[in-house]
Amino acid sequence: MSRLINPVVLRITLRATLGRKRAVVFMLVPLVLILLTVALKIVAKSPVWPAEFLGAFGFSVVLPLTALVIGTSVLGAEIDDGSIVHLLATPVSRLTVVISKFIAAVLLTLMFGAMPEFVAGAIAKGFSDKLTIGLLAGAVVASVAYNALFVMLSILTTRAIAVGLLYLLVWEGVLGNLVGGVRVLSIGQYSVSVASSIAKTSALNAHLTSQTAIIMAVAVTIAALAVSARRLSGFALKGDAV
Amino acid sequence: MSVIELRNVSRWYGNVVAVNDVTMTIRPGITGLLGPNGAGKTTLLNLMAGFLAPSRGDLTVAGRPSWRNPGVFRTLGLVPERDSVYAFLTGIDFVRSTARLHRLPDPDAAARQAIGIVDMASAQDRRVSTYSKGMRQRIKVAASLVHDPQVLLLDEPFNGMDPRQRLQMMDLLEEMARQGRTILFSSHILEEVERMSGTIEVIVGGRLAASGDFRAIRRLMTSRPHVFLLRTSADRALGAALIGRPAVTGVEVTPRGLQVRTSDFGTFSREVAALCRDGDIRLREVLPSDESLESVFSYLVTS
Repeated sequence: MSRLINPVVLRITLRATLGRKRAVVFMLVPLVLILLTVALKIVAKSPVWPAEFLGAFGFSVVLPLTALVIGTSVLGAEIDDGSIVHLLATPVSRLTVVISKFIAAVLLTLMFGAMPEFVAGAIAKGFSDKLTIGLLAGAVVASVAYNALFVMLSILTTRAIAVGLLYLLVWEGVLGNLVGGVRVLSIGQYSVSVASSIAKTSALNAHLTSQTAIIMAVAVTIAALAVSARRLSGFALKGDAV
Repeated sequence: MSVIELRNVSRWYGNVVAVNDVTMTIRPGITGLLGPNGAGKTTLLNLMAGFLAPSRGDLTVAGRPSWRNPGVFRTLGLVPERDSVYAFLTGIDFVRSTARLHRLPDPDAAARQAIGIVDMASAQDRRVSTYSKGMRQRIKVAASLVHDPQVLLLDEPFNGMDPRQRLQMMDLLEEMARQGRTILFSSHILEEVERMSGTIEVIVGGRLAASGDFRAIRRLMTSRPHVFLLRTSADRALGAALIGRPAVTGVEVTPRGLQVRTSDFGTFSREVAALCRDGDIRLREVLPSDESLESVFSYLVTS
């Protein structure tokens, strides 16, 4: 494992990602989530509001957007400005670069997506409630699988954020609700399904068994990372003039 | 001996051929890879650094193919053209991080030594974001030298440097070449490498157009015919006087002014001033009309 995660890459990536202006986005969103949760706890009457709100807003907005902003920038920003070449011009293997970047993205998403989701659940239902535990487990699945996908997109296209948004809105948002088969290929469904199986509630709008969800999430993650490492081999230098 | 060897290397993107059947050997010493923009220099460097696969042909660095082989960077250093480095790091942090990526046994000592070579010790504790263009270039060279590579590739290292920084960089490269390293740099400006000694490889339109000793090619450059456009108060009078001079090979009166061809640039420029003074002719403008890079390179290619 130590060969696959390079501490230098990890440290520089965490510093660079937290230092960019975009960091404001993924630092503000969890704040909104927690403020809204507090507000709802005061005014909401329905007993299922925590599952409905934290499922809909948390799993459809906060987690995917946080992962999108972080996952596309850990490697994408360096590809855009060319500084990635300082990493690639070393004997570090491309797979190690990809895995280290991915781990950095997962850590940041856990911090700014999964932890706030857990805290929001705890505010709504208490720390040891099974909904809170379920939300945390689902959020961990989302942090892992979304980042693998978004890191891959940032290598495949310079429009990773746009493509990622299209995936979230059209594939997961629209088609996922209309076409049953799409759910098997939806990271959002993997995460709510895991959350739902622990929380034992139908309010999370989950459609997969936890077993299918976990197997698919792992498969998608491994496939996306493998494609990323392969595509990073063919990196092209660009000049300032271009 | 660490050499870069290309045998019949071509690289194309779809229908566009970027590098066309190039065969060359880059040996220890300093080599300039010259050519106009878009000639395929960067594609060649990408191929050498293993960032691109040759569409056809063989390419090895120190005997091993570089494509999909990041291990090649144990003997290879690369200085990219673009300025983007991790600007939030200090100079020493940046170079030390690179040393760690190379898994050097003593990253700190290696970083200090590399920074010493590029003479940046006094600024090593400042953030890279505060550096000037020349300093950034030097810290990038330090990072690429930190593992003491036998082969160093530099993409347009003189771009954006002032003449003094350029001389410093040139001295640095020549010093490293004297130590037995193989140094290859690319440039699209012939004048900026005029002082250099060594070999050059001229790339035009993806092909290897000329190859050889830089001094010989520089002689060709200075002895090539120059064409100037002169605007004066008496075009025909000056034209008549000029055609009597051995350094002038042709004179044409055009509506835009007097077009003069000369085979000896230095003599011509002295004589034209004297002739104007003696003939009481006012010289309004002297424009070189074939100084564009393409014409210089195409001259080199045809001669």
